[in-house]
Amino acid sequence: MQIAADDRGTREAMEYDVVVVGAGPAGLATAIRLKQLAAERGRDVSVCVLEKGSEPGAHILSGAVMDPKALAELIPDCKEKGAPLNQPVTKDEALFLSETGSTATPAFLMPDNFHNDGNYVISLGSVTKWLAEQAEALGVEIFPGFAAAEVLYDGQGRVKGVATGNMGVGKDGEPTENFQLGMELLGKYTVCAEGARGHLGKQLIATFNLDAGRDPQSYAIGIKEMWEVPPAQAQPGLVIHSAGWPLQADTYGGGFLYHMEGNKVALGFIVGLNYRNPWLSPFEEMQRWKTHPAIRKHIEGGKRIGYGARAITAGGLLSLPKTVFPGGALVGCDAGYLNGPRIKGSHAAIKSGMLAAEAAFDALAAGRASDELTSYPEAFEQSWLYRELHQARNWKQWFKWGLWGGTIGTGIEYWLLPRLGIKSPPWTLHRTAADHTYLKPVAECPKIDYPKPDGKLTFDRLSSVFISNTNHEENQPPHLTLNDASAPTAVNLARYAGPESRYCPAGVYEFVDERLVINAQNCLHCKTCDIKDPTQNIVWVTPEGGGGPNYAAL
Amino acid sequence: MKVLVAVKRVVDSNVKVRVRSDGTGVDLANVKMSMNPFDEIAVEEAVRLKERGVVTEIVAVTCGVAQCQETLRTAMAIGADRAVLVETADELQPLAVAKLLKALVDKEQPQLVILGKQAIDDDCNQTGQMLAALAGLGQATFASKVEVADGHATVTREIDGGLETVKLALPAVVTADLRLNEPRYVTLPNIMKAKKKPLETLKPADLGVDVAPRLKALKVAEPPMRGAGVKVPDVATLVAKLKNEAKVI
Repeated sequence: MQIAADDRGTREAMEYDVVVVGAGPAGLATAIRLKQLAAERGRDVSVCVLEKGSEPGAHILSGAVMDPKALAELIPDCKEKGAPLNQPVTKDEALFLSETGSTATPAFLMPDNFHNDGNYVISLGSVTKWLAEQAEALGVEIFPGFAAAEVLYDGQGRVKGVATGNMGVGKDGEPTENFQLGMELLGKYTVCAEGARGHLGKQLIATFNLDAGRDPQSYAIGIKEMWEVPPAQAQPGLVIHSAGWPLQADTYGGGFLYHMEGNKVALGFIVGLNYRNPWLSPFEEMQRWKTHPAIRKHIEGGKRIGYGARAITAGGLLSLPKTVFPGGALVGCDAGYLNGPRIKGSHAAIKSGMLAAEAAFDALAAGRASDELTSYPEAFEQSWLYRELHQARNWKQWFKWGLWGGTIGTGIEYWLLPRLGIKSPPWTLHRTAADHTYLKPVAECPKIDYPKPDGKLTFDRLSSVFISNTNHEENQPPHLTLNDASAPTAVNLARYAGPESRYCPAGVYEFVDERLVINAQNCLHCKTCDIKDPTQNIVWVTPEGGGGPNYAAL
Repeated sequence: MKVLVAVKRVVDSNVKVRVRSDGTGVDLANVKMSMNPFDEIAVEEAVRLKERGVVTEIVAVTCGVAQCQETLRTAMAIGADRAVLVETADELQPLAVAKLLKALVDKEQPQLVILGKQAIDDDCNQTGQMLAALAGLGQATFASKVEVADGHATVTREIDGGLETVKLALPAVVTADLRLNEPRYVTLPNIMKAKKKPLETLKPADLGVDVAPRLKALKVAEPPMRGAGVKVPDVATLVAKLKNEAKVI
């Protein structure tokens, strides 16, 4: 559903050379690189960045272990400028969990992609805040609290910018006393950096057929908690990844637990959204994963201080759409540069933003506008990022043979081949189906009974959403829209027992008396429903700017 | 007519405040900060007075760390004409803020000072009253309606059990309550304009004010956790429990 904006008057417009949508690592890297090039070559380039969160970082959520490679390329003196990369990884552990036991993979058997020497345990929210400060110091205009709601096209079908959503629209869709018309932000180029399953990126991919000839995109949901632990339990720099329990071997996913500075532990759980059993609840898988002795011992006696969730673009190189269209480009997770086996995307996001910025700057310098920035994908194919993603291209596809098939296949690719001097596997595995097609009817699947939360180690959804500081203006139209209002009961409930009430990490969806209730105020903007709904009936649109979570350094 | 509006940078109202584990205060690291909502109402009221032609200049002022500039920029995006920051990294208690504001009132000579009735961080509800006393001005607190004409302000106040209307001679101090107005959304063009409006920075010493705290916080603790609820079989048990366990009847 498009919210018609222009029938309420004429929107004001502001013109920029480049309009960036999304103040995350990719969007800010784009803006910073453009301004750096402008300063180096003595040319004025105007750049603005729109951010739907109340401030840069408010909607950012990641593990995170960061490979500082791209950040150091973007800002070589990032350390001197106070980049919050304070905790180097000191120890890596990869655990295979059974219900009660755990087996650590010996270091010599650990594939290279699991080694984190030289990497940092960070809060991506803090890094993003810092990047925003760097961008503003270079003259980038950042507008937090303004959601890009709509793509604007010129008479020739080229993208000419975006419009922010109207503010002060009531629940009934009618303007309230405080109604404020959206604005048009026009750019010679528009760079979309919304993150995984971007609301505008999705439309652009469809409008320009950017995914033609590529494998379907594949996603996962990541749910994260931040804990403060007793000082005696803190092991700053320890990085743990786990596979196995509590997931069944046919479900892609695993846990992470990172010891940070200041007695903080970031932990979370990732579940591939191509899971089949509609009874599965990623949120509750994560809660019971924390009760495993190998995980519990790190956080017991501590206090949970943060919570959030976000979908991850996990398809890799084979699912990467064409990244340019007339008048703009997709960068970061909006395109899908995440490296699955390394479980890292922030370095790729920054690099892709830089490459897009370089292409856009050259185009502006040559007096071009609104065309395809073809030198961006060309430069990508020559970059270290391409080589990294090319080597990793088969990763998630191996797991269609379950955890053990996946472990053997990826073991060959990531451990054996490199030791035989083969950097990139000589074969390619393709994916054929999109995530939303995988759910099986509930009648064919065993029910999963999750344990009740204890309120100390494990929690329910509502107390979790509470600490994500999520809020939306109550008097506004729901931003989770349905194409067909009857499908939730007729299809989702009847055939799949209402999976949205389980995959949503925020309790947005509830079936009450066989009718779907949408608690849109709880929404964490993770986009899982937009991806996993079996009939693609749920469409996520932007709520009023400034709404959503207010993550404090997740 | 000139209006002075005092605003405070506080933890955003959507953030769940967390007490530091050592009990010395509230954890402010990486926490989103915003303008105190009651102060936003105060700014909005000043802007509406200006739009009605009553006011000619709005000066937004705040006291605190350098980042308070952002709060002042927001005030100017809503419609304040210029801003003054009294910059200090020291802890500021209501009395010190009231003294700083008094010095600014002497300097700026406004006809009206509007403040939020209280800040949502410490909930003190003192600064406006202290300022009125220090500056020798009339005051109308908890305002839900303000009208200015002929050198007087007519203010409707929210009091226990009803409304009270007072008329006071200007210059005067007014503190804003929740129902005074609903602040507008700031627009992108106004944010851009606000970046170019003048912002003056002073130090407490420039105003000759000693801001040393007079009160000491001994301990900060979270409220006790609420226990789980119980279902009772009938009214008699409920009454018995209220009487004997909760001891409320």
